[in-house]
Amino acid sequence: MSEAADDAPEELPAWSLTADQAAKLRDPAWPSRFTREWAWGGSTGKGVRVAIVDSGVDPDHPLVGTVQQAVTIGDPDTVEVLPDTEGDLCGHGTACAGIVRSIAPDCEIVSVRVLGAGYTGSGPVLMAGLEWAVDEKFDLINMSLSTTKRQFSEFLHELADDAYFNNTMIVASAHNMPVESYPWRFSSVLSVGSHDQKGPLTFFYNPDPPVEFFAPGLDLDVPWIGGSTLRCSGNSFATPHMTGICALILGKHPELTPFQLKSVLHGTATNVEEAAP
Amino acid sequence: MMVAVAAGVLSADDAHRALLNSVAETARAIFGAKAASIFLYDEHTDELVFEAVAGSGADTLIGRRLPSSAGIAGWVLVTRQPLVIEDVRADPRFAQDVAEDTGYVPKGIMAVPLLHQERSLGVLEVLDRPANAKFTLAEMDLLGLFANQAAIALDLTQRSRRAREALEGADPAYAAVAQVARRLDEMGADSAAVRRLLEALADVLGPADGDAESGAERPMRRRRRS
Repeated sequence: MSEAADDAPEELPAWSLTADQAAKLRDPAWPSRFTREWAWGGSTGKGVRVAIVDSGVDPDHPLVGTVQQAVTIGDPDTVEVLPDTEGDLCGHGTACAGIVRSIAPDCEIVSVRVLGAGYTGSGPVLMAGLEWAVDEKFDLINMSLSTTKRQFSEFLHELADDAYFNNTMIVASAHNMPVESYPWRFSSVLSVGSHDQKGPLTFFYNPDPPVEFFAPGLDLDVPWIGGSTLRCSGNSFATPHMTGICALILGKHPELTPFQLKSVLHGTATNVEEAAP
Repeated sequence: MMVAVAAGVLSADDAHRALLNSVAETARAIFGAKAASIFLYDEHTDELVFEAVAGSGADTLIGRRLPSSAGIAGWVLVTRQPLVIEDVRADPRFAQDVAEDTGYVPKGIMAVPLLHQERSLGVLEVLDRPANAKFTLAEMDLLGLFANQAAIALDLTQRSRRAREALEGADPAYAAVAQVARRLDEMGADSAAVRRLLEALADVLGPADGDAESGAERPMRRRRRS
């Protein structure tokens, strides 16, 4: 406990704030208006740890670069994590990792493979993979997938809130179909849909959530397995764009909480920045 | 009564198949594609089954089975996320393992999961849109709407198929129920004896236990690791 805390007359509950304490919470580095230059100018995402919860990542793809660690789930009941030597069995995870890498070239990428051969019973594996990533306190978790099973929603909600309050931002693909799915609908994650404009750093804040941000998701050339590239579309690929932008911001401002990170994203969104006086 | 139910189930199966074919055909026409397919996920064998095909492959693919982990359709099935790939032939695994085996190698694929309530029932794929037609987000939304329709048709087909299996005596327990129903039908539903028998049966069985099934799907709890 610090000396300042020892001097305090009494411990106040965490849900109240005195004027003295409020004065100490001032953040002199916080600008009154955000610019992209302030937010991520000069950043390469260095020092930011990103987990890609997906189909695995091809460790040899030149557009992905170094994969710091690759794991998969053994026994989902105990969140048993095993080293993953399979790489990517689909291509999708490699695409997501490559998009993040293209925006934040120096971030650390860790593959958490929750999909692969034999998809039956994948729900618990998916949950366990995300739970491991949350417990490992990654800065960012890219989750370009969702589940429609309501039995998982409470658990996912709890995970998403734990991540949020432990300074881990889960970046999740929104659904563009009229169904309920998770975790993208939770306010403690950053949900992403697609726009059809060009430019990897072109992104829009949505004033009409639950989808919070729109990023490029149409006609993208993305890395795939076997060293190839494919032209793909979908919210799955818009999501790692936002993850990459978050990595740039956290590389320059590692102290930001998920709430602050969302605020910076709002202030630097293409539609908000262009409308500023 | 039982005969009427059986006739209804049998004809419904044909109607649902026609509905699925219609959805596939309409999807193909709307997108100007060379083919459209609807896959059903078979939970027992963990396979995807061609349930309806419009256009290329329509004569040969119905009933063909693929591993559920196969390529793009498998990914879409599990992740519940739609996916559009312009040139799938650049994916070596797709071309070798799946497409050549079906006799038709598409270039472009739009794949969308068929979701009904909490379940992922299958996948709708639209193959090879016109080469010069640029894909738009509006088409993605349209595909989602089609998928909703296909999912409802697929759900009806599955229900109808299960009822048909029951009526055809695949399960001895269902066969016994069918036999009882047939005898009651012959006795006449309005007869006092039948009514007394049914009331007595209801007393023995007691109220329906709606919690029995949900108990098997208790919400997962967060496991905090030290």
